Amino acid sequence: MDKFKSFFLEQPIWAFLIAITVFFSLFAPNFFDIQNFENILIQASTLGIIALGMTLVMINGNIDLSVGAILAFCAVVMVDAQSWPIFAQLGDWAILGAFFMAILAGMALGGLNGFLVWKTGVNAFIVTLGAMIGIRGLVFVYTQEQSLFAMNFLFSDIGMSSVPLGPLAVPTIAILFLVLVALVHLLLTRTVHGRNTFAVGGNPEAAVNAGIRVGPHMFVNYLILGGLTGLAGVTLSSQMGAATPNLGRDYELWVITGVVLGGTKLAGGYGSILRSFAGILSIAILRNGMNMMQVQAFYVYVILGGILIAVLILDKQLSSRKVRLSEQV
Amino acid sequence: MPSSDDSSGELTSGTRRAAAQPPRASGPPEAGPDPVHQQSQEALHEAEEAVVAGGIGARFRALLGLDSPDFSWTKVLAKQGILLAFVIAMVGFSLASDRFLSFDNFSSVLRQSSIIGIMALGVTIVVISGNLDLSVGSMLSFATILVVDLHDKIGPAPAMAVALVAALACGAINGTLVGVLRLNSLIVTLGMLSAIQGFTLIYSGGQNADITNQSDTWFAFFGRGEIAGIAVPILLFLGLAIILEWVLHGTTFGRRIFAIGSKASAAEYSGINRVKTVFFSYLISAFCVWCAAVVMGSRVMGSQNTVGKGYELLVLAAIIVGGASLLGGSGKISKTVIGVLLLGFIQNGLLLLGFSYWTQWLVTWVVIIVAVWLDVGARRGRLLSPYA
Amino acid sequence: MIQPAEPSKTPVLSVEGVSKSFPGVKALDGVSFEVRPGEVMALVGENGAGKSTLMKVIDGIYQPEEGSVSIGGETVALQSPQDAKRRGIAMIHQELSLVEDLSVAENLFLGELPRKSLGRVDWKKLYADSRRLLDRLNCQFSPRALIRNLTVAHKQLVEIARALVYETRVVIFDEPTTSLTDRERLLLFEIIRDLRSQGVGIVYISHKMDEIFELSDRITVLRDGTPQGVLETAETDEDSVVERMIGRKVSHAARTDFRSGEDVVLQVSDLWSRGAFREVSFELRSGEILGFYGLIGSGRTEILEAIFGLRKCYRGEIRVAGERLDKHNPEEAIARGIALIPEDRKENGLALSLACDRNLGMTVMNQWGNLAHPSREKRLFEEYREKLSIKAPGPSYPVDNLSGGNQQKVVIGKWLATEPRILLVDEPTRGIDVGSKAQIHQLLRDLAAEGYAIIVVSSEMPEIIRVSDRVLSLYEGRIVSELVGEEISEESVGRAITGVGELASTAHDSNTSPES
Repeated sequence: MDKFKSFFLEQPIWAFLIAITVFFSLFAPNFFDIQNFENILIQASTLGIIALGMTLVMINGNIDLSVGAILAFCAVVMVDAQSWPIFAQLGDWAILGAFFMAILAGMALGGLNGFLVWKTGVNAFIVTLGAMIGIRGLVFVYTQEQSLFAMNFLFSDIGMSSVPLGPLAVPTIAILFLVLVALVHLLLTRTVHGRNTFAVGGNPEAAVNAGIRVGPHMFVNYLILGGLTGLAGVTLSSQMGAATPNLGRDYELWVITGVVLGGTKLAGGYGSILRSFAGILSIAILRNGMNMMQVQAFYVYVILGGILIAVLILDKQLSSRKVRLSEQV
Repeated sequence: MPSSDDSSGELTSGTRRAAAQPPRASGPPEAGPDPVHQQSQEALHEAEEAVVAGGIGARFRALLGLDSPDFSWTKVLAKQGILLAFVIAMVGFSLASDRFLSFDNFSSVLRQSSIIGIMALGVTIVVISGNLDLSVGSMLSFATILVVDLHDKIGPAPAMAVALVAALACGAINGTLVGVLRLNSLIVTLGMLSAIQGFTLIYSGGQNADITNQSDTWFAFFGRGEIAGIAVPILLFLGLAIILEWVLHGTTFGRRIFAIGSKASAAEYSGINRVKTVFFSYLISAFCVWCAAVVMGSRVMGSQNTVGKGYELLVLAAIIVGGASLLGGSGKISKTVIGVLLLGFIQNGLLLLGFSYWTQWLVTWVVIIVAVWLDVGARRGRLLSPYA
Repeated sequence: MIQPAEPSKTPVLSVEGVSKSFPGVKALDGVSFEVRPGEVMALVGENGAGKSTLMKVIDGIYQPEEGSVSIGGETVALQSPQDAKRRGIAMIHQELSLVEDLSVAENLFLGELPRKSLGRVDWKKLYADSRRLLDRLNCQFSPRALIRNLTVAHKQLVEIARALVYETRVVIFDEPTTSLTDRERLLLFEIIRDLRSQGVGIVYISHKMDEIFELSDRITVLRDGTPQGVLETAETDEDSVVERMIGRKVSHAARTDFRSGEDVVLQVSDLWSRGAFREVSFELRSGEILGFYGLIGSGRTEILEAIFGLRKCYRGEIRVAGERLDKHNPEEAIARGIALIPEDRKENGLALSLACDRNLGMTVMNQWGNLAHPSREKRLFEEYREKLSIKAPGPSYPVDNLSGGNQQKVVIGKWLATEPRILLVDEPTRGIDVGSKAQIHQLLRDLAAEGYAIIVVSSEMPEIIRVSDRVLSLYEGRIVSELVGEEISEESVGRAITGVGELASTAHDSNTSPES
């Protein structure tokens, strides 16, 4: 019992996730339904895939405000590159070519952020704030403010496809998302790179003294985040069969909100992939459930903002209580 | 030892002294004869006299520290980099486009920059105190929608009053959460960004608002009026800049803002009321947003729900380009103004040169990073970071 | 002291004629230094004498301009701390450099986690190796424990264990006991002796003479970057070491200048604060220095914070000159003539990025109303620069660029500027060298003579004995004894603490928290 209590006290996001699931199951018609849960996973996947990389970067003690813009750029590349002359004779395989171009673009932009953070020593917030403005400019210059549509319907078919698993037809994107959660979780908890991620964020000086190459390490995490953001751009554009220059606006805020809901510390050194997943899932469930209850979409903003601040207050209360407890034991 | 008010001179005498003093030297510098020190003092005096006698050229040289004995370009870049960038940009654009250097053009750039600028003034104070305010964009949307929507319903003055109360209420919530509850300002104002955006949409029902009778209202004065040939938004911007510069440097409140931003716990140990000071910094920020909203509403005579979306980042960009540290404890209103103008003129110049509107964001990207990089690099004495 | 069986005469580490300069300062000038296997070499010197520069040369952070470093008789050019570590030199830093949210084992092998395929961590090997290291130091805790959940002393053990990852030939301790309780300190000494008997060479850096004489075999003294000779600990005494450090004779007259104080200016009665102290009552008179002596966690600092309004109390009252304090915040305390000179200068004392005059003006600003007075700030600066001989070129010079001693003077100045009657001084000389220590002690005595009422908190007994007119000893948040005037001595103060202490600490074993 005590174990349960301390688990939920330390990781309140799980309690929150369960609470809202129960709430909407009781009060929102059609919420408690396999089909709907699949929808929620798809809705969560775009933000979720980015959040995986964002968690790594934030545990490093950095941040990335440019993910929304990078997502838009990669989506645009994904859609546009299918009709590039170099892929012309590939037929349907042009989609694969474009896919690689999009991921590459994401890694290049993420890598650029990481490289600047590494080499200039400028605060990551500022570096990526600049990138956020600049890359969005790049998207507009590239598209000339036009939306792009995929000519090959196979592209959107892939986005809508599902994989039969026993009696269920699970959407491909949902499966991709879950597999990525598992992979990045293993990366963070089981590999040397993952453990170093905590060291670099928790005590940079100690990491440097221990011979961890802090700069390249951060660079790699930005590269991973860029690649994952590119992937999110691909899945999002394939669901829509199109890319718009304004795609992904505000996504950085939602992603950071989800990761912080999951308990990752802005100062670095603390966080977990599974909890970030729970944070993003909470946001998706809130949006979905409120939609089911016919609540105007506007209220979601207010509720999310409120929850974000509430989590912060809760966290503060809990940690100060912990201190008091340890003083009194 | 005569102390000089010339800050570049002081920097000089300081470093000279440290260099001149052997490790074993004892006693305060004024105790014994210290030839090198005296020499540098003389040099300083000469420099000062030259400034007085020599007019603008010498003044400029003194400002940049060109006459100081251990002059170095890194120091100049560190102190006045933003000013240099501004001058270079202005000269460059003037040479490249003959339409750039005109009163009308300048006036239109200033007018366009004034909304971002007014908001940036308030946020500068928050940033100097070591916090952030990301909610100003949403707040701008909210206040603008309120003032525009209520203008026809209850008249301009009451509408402005309601918008002011709403903006200050948002600021008070920020101030309470960050000041009283001591929560992380980045996350708090991020949450407020979302919440206020939600309130705006709920209030307007997702509809845009318009002022129907646009020609007959004195409300137009704030966005479209002129005094002595200068647009009111520009006057408001510069007026507020002067007032806030005075607040920062002439009042104890300003002293407290700097102290808290530099080291909050030391400030509290010194009897400075951190809660009150942080709270007021957010009220000032909210007040500036209200001013910006009045100008915005009056100029456009209508408003979308999302009119201020993304403004928080443009505001921060201008402040960062102006050289304020996001860690707090440093920053200047005047430099924020230059940051705002630099970005404004870059936008204008690029358009005049025939680049597409969006090119300016690419240039802003480069400017932000280069500006901060030079600043950080000059401070640590080397350009590249020490990370292996 | 048990000497190791046969100390080999070949030094395991030797530094020959090393020089290192920084712009304007020659930090090391022809310094030679050696450590033999199986000995403890103490390194002493005032702040700025070059100890830390020398250690950074040995640790591979700085490369010397002249001279050479050799390890085990072989001349080496160390390029980085990792390089030094691989060659068997381990540095235990003053500030612990552990990652709080990683396990003990991960910290031990930080930067060198054993790998399997695909970059995976080889946990089995990691935990087995860690267990072996911890066993060498008799550590009971698990290698899987998170650092966050360990006590300070245990964290330090992890640091030491980390030094033993490689075959370590020299371990350098830099002021290791600063944040340890007495029991933990004894444990540390045991470990150091143990390492010595295993043939490891130890470098021990400390300002505390009693520790140096308890532990070391030889002592190297540095002053102003030049060597002042190597002394056999058994053949020397404290005075001759200090004389070499500061370059002049020290005088030891028994104190006769005890003052009994005049009017009661501060009255604390039955004050309780949760988790910190209870039943605290005492009076403070003008013109006296009241010493608070106790271990870390005994509630000394907390009582000062409570008086100054920085800590909530749920019972009791504080009176200044007979009148009750009722707002309990620093503004009120300052207005009533109380000043608190905090222990941590960089955290609580100064706004480092601001100018000297701004820092001096910070405490008095509340009296100015809404307008700032730059001229008054400048005047404050001139006044205290003269009074306290602060070495700073001008009022708008950033405090960050001042030396530690001068920064401390700015802190004292900004508190004297409030014209207080009551000075609360927390650890006035922590981390300050012997010369400046004496200066500050004299300053405190002078201030008391001028009529200030002063409370000095210290964990260093010699300091308490040197300055106090009256000593209150604290144990686990309670005042356990009061000693006045001539009653104050090492024995009496020590007895006051240990009499209670031994009983309690055997009952609760190694826990730092006083309330455990």
